[in-house]
Amino acid sequence: MKTKLQQFTESYFLYSFRRDMVAMASFAVLVIFLFIAFAAPWISPMNPYDSVNIDIMNSEIPPMWMDGGSKEFPLGTDNQGRDMLSTMFYGLRTSIIIGLGAVAIQAAIGVVLGLMAGYLGGKTDAILMRLADIQFSFPYLMVAIFMSAIFQVVFGAGSFEQMAIPLLTIIIGLSNWPMFARTIRASVMGEKNKEYVEAARVIGLPQRIIMFRHILPNALTSVMVISTIQVANAVMSEAALSFLGLGMPVTKPSLGSLIRAGQEFFFSGSWWITVLPGLWLVLFVLVINLLGDWLRDVLNPKLYKG
Amino acid sequence: MTTHQTPLLTVENVVKHFDISGGFLDQLAFKGGIHLEKTTVKAVNNVSLFVNKGETLSVVGESGCGKSTLARVILGLYRPNSGKIFYDGQRIDHLSHEQWLPYRRKMQMIFQDPYASLNPRKTVRQTLEEPLRFHNPKMTAQEAVDKVAYVMEQVGVDPAWIGRYPHEFSGGQRQRISIARGLILDPNFIVADEPVSALDVSIQAQILNLLMDLREKHDLTYLFITHDLSVVRHISSRVAVLYLGTVCELASAKDLFESPRHPYTRALLSAIPRIGEKKAKHIKLKGEVPTPVNLPSGCVFHGRCVYARDRCRKEFPRFNELSNSTFVSCHGVEEGWDLG
Repeated sequence: MKTKLQQFTESYFLYSFRRDMVAMASFAVLVIFLFIAFAAPWISPMNPYDSVNIDIMNSEIPPMWMDGGSKEFPLGTDNQGRDMLSTMFYGLRTSIIIGLGAVAIQAAIGVVLGLMAGYLGGKTDAILMRLADIQFSFPYLMVAIFMSAIFQVVFGAGSFEQMAIPLLTIIIGLSNWPMFARTIRASVMGEKNKEYVEAARVIGLPQRIIMFRHILPNALTSVMVISTIQVANAVMSEAALSFLGLGMPVTKPSLGSLIRAGQEFFFSGSWWITVLPGLWLVLFVLVINLLGDWLRDVLNPKLYKG
Repeated sequence: MTTHQTPLLTVENVVKHFDISGGFLDQLAFKGGIHLEKTTVKAVNNVSLFVNKGETLSVVGESGCGKSTLARVILGLYRPNSGKIFYDGQRIDHLSHEQWLPYRRKMQMIFQDPYASLNPRKTVRQTLEEPLRFHNPKMTAQEAVDKVAYVMEQVGVDPAWIGRYPHEFSGGQRQRISIARGLILDPNFIVADEPVSALDVSIQAQILNLLMDLREKHDLTYLFITHDLSVVRHISSRVAVLYLGTVCELASAKDLFESPRHPYTRALLSAIPRIGEKKAKHIKLKGEVPTPVNLPSGCVFHGRCVYARDRCRKEFPRFNELSNSTFVSCHGVEEGWDLG
């Protein structure tokens, strides 16, 4: 009997990871990003959410390597006098929390509905998949804008500031589930005709157990691949919504709202307010997508069986 | 073999058709006005047979003749379109999931492909304990482990391998584990759906011997589905020959191999290669097996039968009992035509 750790160290998964420079580099960068995001309150020079620390006189100071820059603000300040570096750390934190939360919601809804559609088939399948088609035929941003408008009306625009993170998570989560549902459905359709499923039926196990304990574990690899890519998509959706002014409020900026705030000052010379968080976001999304691509190659059963 | 005892399993006029016509748009047809047209595969047509306690009934036939479908209908994986199935005198084909449960313990199945029939994400222990725990909720962990170890020993798999995953085993070992899963609930009746056809020839004999040993030890009754005629003769007490979802002939193995009655059975048996024969006396059938989507009228075999007459093209032959409890569905045999 091998231990789990031994199994992991001897696995093809780890082997191909160690041979792929891009994957290793992306993973290293991702770990740094995650560390920064979750350690933001301890490592950033100031707390940009606390108005006591902010001095409007410090606004639009350029990064330290430019004329007029100061050592106190290594990447400059934004239009409200917040330190860019700290704001970007905190913004990344917000973006990641929303991204992961939204993907968890998407996966939960998508997996359950996709599993039901794929396994039960017939009318259930037809209804659920037409629902997914309908949602797919709207641009997701429109769905998200629509939903955030409803939420703002229901909860009142005033309380939106406190509710922004959970609301955005739910909005982005609800607007993207069909992706998961379709992927899961396709792999469930392949699995459900295998003999081990018939064996489980001959034993008399209830459908619920067959679906979740027998079929689902065998259909999950595809979910892993799309989850990584969907995290990147969710972060971008959040940035897009914030850029449109429907996302995080200016007082608690995410990367998207930071880009939006800086855009007004772009042509007056304060380019760093927009460009730096933009690059930060691009790097983060790029790293996740590269890892997702690598994961897809490794887990693709047509390239490697086991 | 006596037919006077109550059979363990009786199948009466079972019909199973599959609708493959797809959605509404696929069904639209424009022949002489617009109407909906359903396409069905007639997998099992009016099959009747019975299995006595303690015997091995083999169901033989070429690919696509409905053998596996019949097995799945008997075990309630598919609901028959019509007909009745009795187990130990109780009708079981119309039961709900809950009502089926007591019969699940008594009727189990062994599958064809040992690479597909074990869940790749479950260890041997999980695979074998699951049915045990499900049907005996009060069983303690120790009792379950003991039972699993006992059954693993019975099928010739070392109980020390209990924590391994299926991919760590060879095909023959996997099939043994699959058999262990079938046995773990102590069933009386086992449907074996081509249990050796996916295995290497040297392993086939081992698995067949194992199945026969287990039958004696545990007093099992088998419904054995296969297309391998050389296997059939050795293991079965009776044989049912299936052609296009219809039973042509049902007879004891000895009678069937020595004096086959139905023209299809004769052609089938003449195809078994024999050692020492200089020139094989194959009966060559004309044409191809018709598609089960459009069944021929009358006797399903008439298009390929050299003895076919008018009646065969029009009338579906009855399934008649001859002497020595042989059943044949053929107009020629019934009327005593000269069948060569």
